[in-house]
Order: sequence, then C-alpha cells, then structure tokens
Amino acid sequence: MSKLVRTIGWLLYAPILIFGFYVIMHGHLTPGGGFQGGAVVASGFALLIVAYGAKGAGLKERLLSAVESGGALIFVGLAFLGLGATFFYNFLAAGGGVVFNELVPSGPNPGDLNTAGTLPLMNWAVGLKVLSGLGSIVLLLALFPGEEE
Amino acid sequence: MDILAHVPILVVGIPLLGAFATPLIGRAGARARNWFAIFILLLTTALAIALAVSVYQSGPRVYVLGGQSFGFTLPSGYFFPIRIILEVDGMSAFFALIIAVTTLLGAIYSTAFIAGHSGLEKYYALLLLLAAGMFGMVVTGDAFNFFVFLEITSIAATGLVAFRTGRAESSEAAFKMMVLYNIGGLFVLLAVAILYGQYGALNFAYLARLIEYSLLDVIALALFVLALALKAGAVPMHMWVPDAYPAAPAPITMVMVANTQIGLYGLYRICFTLYGLKLTPALVGWIVIILGLASIFIGVSMAVIQRDLKRLIAYSGIAQIGYMLLGVGVGLAVLGTPALNSYGLMAMKGGIFHIINHAFYEGLLFLAAGAISYRTGTRNLDELGGLAHNMRWTAIFFIIGGAAIAGLPPFNGFASKLIIYESVFKFNPILAVIALLASILTLAIYTRAFQSAFVGPQLPAYKDVREAPASMMFPMGVLAILTVLFGLFPDLVVKYLVTPAAQALVNQAQYIEAILGAGLGVK
Repeated sequence: MSKLVRTIGWLLYAPILIFGFYVIMHGHLTPGGGFQGGAVVASGFALLIVAYGAKGAGLKERLLSAVESGGALIFVGLAFLGLGATFFYNFLAAGGGVVFNELVPSGPNPGDLNTAGTLPLMNWAVGLKVLSGLGSIVLLLALFPGEEE
Repeated sequence: MDILAHVPILVVGIPLLGAFATPLIGRAGARARNWFAIFILLLTTALAIALAVSVYQSGPRVYVLGGQSFGFTLPSGYFFPIRIILEVDGMSAFFALIIAVTTLLGAIYSTAFIAGHSGLEKYYALLLLLAAGMFGMVVTGDAFNFFVFLEITSIAATGLVAFRTGRAESSEAAFKMMVLYNIGGLFVLLAVAILYGQYGALNFAYLARLIEYSLLDVIALALFVLALALKAGAVPMHMWVPDAYPAAPAPITMVMVANTQIGLYGLYRICFTLYGLKLTPALVGWIVIILGLASIFIGVSMAVIQRDLKRLIAYSGIAQIGYMLLGVGVGLAVLGTPALNSYGLMAMKGGIFHIINHAFYEGLLFLAAGAISYRTGTRNLDELGGLAHNMRWTAIFFIIGGAAIAGLPPFNGFASKLIIYESVFKFNPILAVIALLASILTLAIYTRAFQSAFVGPQLPAYKDVREAPASMMFPMGVLAILTVLFGLFPDLVVKYLVTPAAQALVNQAQYIEAILGAGLGVK
C-alpha cells in the first residue's frame, strides 16, 4: 500500500488497540465485552495487514493460535475454579477474592471497575480468544497464495 | 468436594478443557497429543459410567450452574428456576454411555488411521469439542443451552468431516452439512424463541408444566421435529448423510453415528418431556412413525444400488434410524392410553435398545470399512475382492456387524428388532411387515457387500495387503464383543439400561419434579 495508508494505519493502530482493550476491560459495566472488544482489536490487525501485507504486519500465526487456546483455557479454567460451590460459581464476587470483589453500588454511579468477580476475567479470556481467533482468520486469508503485493 | 455431585457438568467440562488444551499439548509432540486426547476421553468415560450408575440407582440428578449449591434449583423467593440447570435422567445417562464409548474408541482408532496428516492437533481438538457438545446436549435441562450445544456439535462435526481437505468430496459434503445444520439450528433457535416469548422461561421442566399447546406451541413443535429429524438424518432430510459419512475419516463416521442419534434424543426429549400428553400424541406419533417408515424404505432401497462401501453402510444406517423412530413413534402414538402399558412401552424399549445396538454395530461396520480403505486405498466394491485372505479379523468383524445390522441372531440387532416387530405388530401389523421386509433386504445387501469385498480368490493388486494395525483392531474388537454380548444377554441390557431410559421418557412428572418439586412453582 502507499506510504499515506501505511502512515495513517500506523498512527491508528495504537488507538484501535486501546479502544478494543477498553471495551474488554469495561465489559461488565458498559455495552460491549470480550467478544466486541476482541473484534475491535482484530480489526486493528486487519488494518495492519491491509497496510503492510501479511508478511510485513509482523503477526505470527503460531503465537495467535497459542493465545487463542490460552484464552479458552482461562475461560473454562475459571469455571472449574468455581467447583468449590458449583461449576461457573462466581467465587471472587462480593468479598470472596482479592480483585473485582466489591459490591456493586446502588443508584446512579460512574461504574466501579473493581466489581463483578470472575466476569471481568472471563471477558478478558473471551477477548483474547476472539482477538487471536479473528486475527488468525484475517492473517490466513491474507497469506493464501494468489495475493498481489 | 463431592466429585459425584459435579459429574453432570464434568462430562461436559473436561472434554471442553481438553479440546482447548490439545493445540498447546500438541506442541510437545504427536505422541503426547494422542495420549492426552485418549486420557481425557478415558476420564470422561469413567465419569459417564459413574453418572449412569448413580442415575439408574437413585433417579434423576440435577445440577445448577453457577449457584451456591448444585441442588439449589429454586432460589428462595422465586417460583421458577433462574439459572441454567442440567438434568440427567435415565434417557440422558443412556445416551451419555453411547457417546463415551464411541468417542473414546474413535480417538484410539484415529491414532493410526489419521496419522501423517498435518494439523492433527485441531483434529483432536474438534473431536473433543464434538464430545463436549454431545454430552452437553444430553445432560442439559435448558432449551437455549440445548441450542448452544447443538451448534457446538454442528460446527465440530462439520470441521471433522472437512478435515481431509485434499479430497474434493470432503469439502463438498462439509459444505452441504454446514448449510443444512445451520438451517436446522436456526429452526431450533426460532422454536426456543417462540417458547421463551410465550412463557418467559427456558427451563424444560418449567416449560413442560406451563405449556398449553397453543398454535404457537404447535409451530415450535413442528420446527423442533423438523430440525432434529434433520440432525438424525431421517428421510426426507437425509441427503447430507450419504455424502458426509463416506467423506469423513472412518473414526469420525462412527462418532457421527452417535451424533445423529443425539438428534433422536432431542426429538424424544422434546416430544415426551417438553410437550408430553398435551401434544395430541396420536397425530405426532404417526408423523414420527411415517418419518421412520420413509427412512426404512428409502434407506434400504438406496443401499441396494451403492457401489461405495461406506455409502452403502450410510444408507442402511438411515434405515436403522427409521427403526428407532418407528419403535418410539408407536410409543408416542399410544401415550396416555392403556395400550402404552400393553405394547407401547415395549415398542419404545425396542426403539431405544436399537439405538445403543446401532451405535455399536454401525460403528463396527464403519471401522471395518475404514480398515479396508486404510490398507487398500479404495472403498469401491467393484475393485475390492478376496480380502479375507489377508484381513482375516476385519472380515470376521465385518460379518458380525453385517449380521447384527440385518437382524440375525445371536447378535444385538436381532434382539432389538424382534422387540420392535412384536410390539409394532400389535399396534399395526402392516408396519411390522414393512420393517421385517426391509430387514431381509438389509441381509441381502450385506451378503453382497461381504461377498464383493472379502470372498473370492486373492486379487493380485491386494497380495501384499496386511491386517490393520493394533490400534485400529482394538476398537473393532471392543465393538464386536459388545455387539455379541448385547445379543447374547438382551434381557439384562433391557432390564438395566433400556427400561430406565424408556420409563424416564414416559414419566414426565418425575422430570419436572426433580427441578420444581411436587406442586411448587406454577399454579
């Protein structure tokens, strides 16, 4: 692609990533969540691939694949950790653990990030899974033979 | 921690965890990956057996996901279940056993059969995912959850059928499956949405207590029956089966047989447990019977003309699905009448017994066909011949499978078909006659198939063919032993495995009470 596209792509890449991670992080407070945030991050990958080509974007299929498995494992693993009570039991919420353990304040409020127990962690797991999954799909489509560079 | 209390979710959770761990374990080498997949499925099989034993001994088991306690189905102050609840009754446990055996043997058989392909960590991941989805479908007591697991099995099965991408037939069959499964999945989603819109709930037990059989409910039932009959491969929604079964690797074809039977499970669960007596049993029962008869007739008559061995087995498998629909359809048609106890329940037992028998002998036939194509590279009956000289054990296994599918004593197919003939004859003699004739035709088909593939002089092209490797012989041996044992002791199997399953279907009140308690919940 032209220098113009490359420069703009390079400039936009970081904001897109930050916005995607923000959507994942705030999944339990605002609309969006792991899937949506992961898709936003993957769209950043797609921008890089369009601007720099599949080889020049610096994305590794092997790494993405590992992150994808890892995200899914974290999700199922968190569900297993609840087995003290039941599968998927939210063992961190409302004082049960060290993070995300505060009670949700009632009434209008700006949103307390440190709530909801395992839900933010599961959002991260889903986010990692989706950003790497969609990222590798885009990458593999770009890597297929027949592309013009 | 009481492991047994968590078993209903562990049979879903452990294969799921294994599926996502397999790609990472696969980096440590092929051996580690194969052993890991087998270990996970072995563990799941042990859990499924423990689950079945506990359910058969002490009645349905419920499990509340994410609750403070697994048995806490109705949170205090509520009159309806608000969480996803799993419920395992005799029928679920029966199917869990079938899934466990077929997936475990499939993974063992795969180690040699599929070796040498690239991307095998994804193959095993999809196999484990398929197992998780099938277990999920049979243990869940939640309509939307049922849809989610249905989609998981569809996606995993499509991926596995398409696995050998080098072959054009694989991609074509997988594409066909994907389209049809998606249509079926959307039908189920729409039906679930209709029920949810009317009653504001997704729990099967709660819905069963509320359901009124309004026009919308009838539409939902029609959508469920269509989609699940499609998944079961019943005629006239069978067109994907003869493409998908031959295209898939042999062990996957065996697991796919269990996967189609889960469609039957869903059909029975919806008809008996969700709608029960409210659904004008005679009409719906006859619809199921006609689906079954069409499957028997079309399946057998299409199998006669096949030249491809696996395609032949696939078509005769469609006919066997027809027997299961026929038996249970007769039970449904007489539900709530005195005839249920005189022959209806017996017909259901025959149909349900046939399910487990079918999983074993049909799996055995597909594995034997897989062994043939593994060694000779072809499944064309015109090219094959004289293989009994070189593949003695495979020939014996094929005879056992063929005799069982044709309903010859002393194999298991005879036992279940006899129950179906006897009880269906009391309901309507013509149905029994058609079923019997189709069975005779099946015998002719398998005599021809065996004769073409195994009998005759040794062909020069297959002079150096050897017996399949041990990891492929072992699953066939296990299935052959089960086929013979179930045929020799059908009374024990019917008493301890099949009767609880049939009774669980008929006893709708027990299913509801396990979650809602007697009289609690809805007025």
